[in-house]
Amino acid sequence: MGKTIAEKIFESHLVDKPFEDTFVLKLDRVFCHEITTPIAITDLEARKMDRVFDPDKIKVVIDHVTPAKDSKTALQGKILRDWSRRHGIKDFFDIGRNGVCHAIFPEKGFVRPGFTIIMGDSHTCTHGAFGTFAAGVGTTDLEVGILKGVCAFKFPETVKFVLKGALKPGVYAKDAILFIIGQIGVNGATNKVMEFTGPVVDGMSMESRMTLCNMAIEAGGTSGICYPDGKTVDYLWEFISDEYSSKEEAFKAFEIWKSDSDASYDAVYEYDLSDLEPMVTYDYKPDMVKTVREMEGIPVDQIYIGSCTNGRIEDLRIAAEVLKGKKISDNVRAILSPATPKIYSMALKEGLIEVFQDAGFCVTNPTCGACLGMSNGVLAEGEVCASTTNRNFYGRMGKGGMVHLMSPATAAATAISGKITNSSLYKG
Amino acid sequence: MKEFKGKVLFLDRSDINTDEIIPAKYLTEITKEALKPYLLEDLKLPAFDSSRDLKDVRIVISRANFGCGSSREHAPWAFEVNGINVVIAENFARIFRQNMFNCGMCAIELKKDDIEKLFADYSSTGAEAEIDLNGNCIIIKNGGKSGKFSFEMSEYDKALVLAGGWVGFADKKY
Repeated sequence: MGKTIAEKIFESHLVDKPFEDTFVLKLDRVFCHEITTPIAITDLEARKMDRVFDPDKIKVVIDHVTPAKDSKTALQGKILRDWSRRHGIKDFFDIGRNGVCHAIFPEKGFVRPGFTIIMGDSHTCTHGAFGTFAAGVGTTDLEVGILKGVCAFKFPETVKFVLKGALKPGVYAKDAILFIIGQIGVNGATNKVMEFTGPVVDGMSMESRMTLCNMAIEAGGTSGICYPDGKTVDYLWEFISDEYSSKEEAFKAFEIWKSDSDASYDAVYEYDLSDLEPMVTYDYKPDMVKTVREMEGIPVDQIYIGSCTNGRIEDLRIAAEVLKGKKISDNVRAILSPATPKIYSMALKEGLIEVFQDAGFCVTNPTCGACLGMSNGVLAEGEVCASTTNRNFYGRMGKGGMVHLMSPATAAATAISGKITNSSLYKG
Repeated sequence: MKEFKGKVLFLDRSDINTDEIIPAKYLTEITKEALKPYLLEDLKLPAFDSSRDLKDVRIVISRANFGCGSSREHAPWAFEVNGINVVIAENFARIFRQNMFNCGMCAIELKKDDIEKLFADYSSTGAEAEIDLNGNCIIIKNGGKSGKFSFEMSEYDKALVLAGGWVGFADKKY
């Protein structure tokens, strides 16, 4: 019997199997941010175990609340900053160099096919776009990861999604993943790895694959995962060109990280996405999904473009294309948070920031920002936000607020009309 | 090992997420104790009032996919500092469930029928329950009624409960 990519990664990283169905894996990366890591640090200090397993494998960023908004968030940043210095963690991204964790860490070349990655953040599944087993964990798992470089998982049962056909113009990875979550439900892949394959995935950029894998957790998935291919090599080439004599050689090395044709799956879903329309959520769960057409005309108060789901350069380019020469509705306010400084710089150079500003957007520094109502962009009771983020939970962006999840194209179109609207890029 | 018995609170809804258990705005706290007043503050459940209904509660019983959403361990911690060390549900989101055991707490899964029975027969005010880890069962009483419900707990999960959590377990072993 063949193996899935996740099974292969487990096999190559297995340290111990203390019990049936408990796989303790060696970690290639432990990612940290200022919300879930400080308590792990203070607990290690209290236990007199203030050590790290390998400072070069730990990557750290302040991203959720940055710049600090008050004394408490300043302290969270300080704990992380002091700890990084104390342990010689070189890759610590402080304000000015910081961005949304799941955008900046791949951009810095920290993610590779076949890696195991944990982070105290549920959207760690994003990194599976590179053929990586990447799982969000709580602070205790993070703490043990920092200390010992291991984490325990159950056997990685895998659900395979074969995405056939081709997406129409104006339809994106975000629409595809919203559709999938709508099909299988918020509990549809709990404890499972979600493997995304098929011509739609092959045709996607790395940015789009990250969007796809980012929302695996919204169906309960442990990790999203795509097979590495030429695009993966191209994306990583500036970081790996010393290790391989050519891109072909790198591709060959990465090619082992794919599932065997006779691998066994918990379930296989095949979807032809050729007729998929732009999608949007309603209500308070990410599996409550309708087409934009069905939701058209619902008024919103705020537009938010950004986050680990859709704050990358590709997203900004698409939104700017919709916004170019247009103004946002007088009835809305709109916020753009480019996900990293590099994305921000590229957007400036390409003239995208000007398009957003001319349209009436507020452009913030790179941060998780409005997505979880922790720092900027909080909604008032009863307000509605059209958002490119990943969660529409009750109160997520502010107590009593409503969030509709959608693609950057739909969000931009919605900003112009002030109501949920299909973008001009989608011709139906 | 923590204590696993006492007054039961029934939360009659599926997909209760970690934003509802502890809203993100409180994640700026750096001690577990500071989370105490905010447990379930944003829970969307008719007639539930977190300032009134959590008094002396030790065990929570809910429906499917409990604890979905964010990885924040602040969710189990918010239960823990309120004296709640057990959540019983039809099933849990992976990270929440692991976080519970990693803290030496119990996230116990029961069959759908048993959850239905618990809600039907015991959910009026006054239910008390106890977790028997040796017998792998929950003993619940309300008024004159009492019942016993079996569950399965993996050796690993039980080892974490006995070790008081994953840090203690891993430190000895790895």
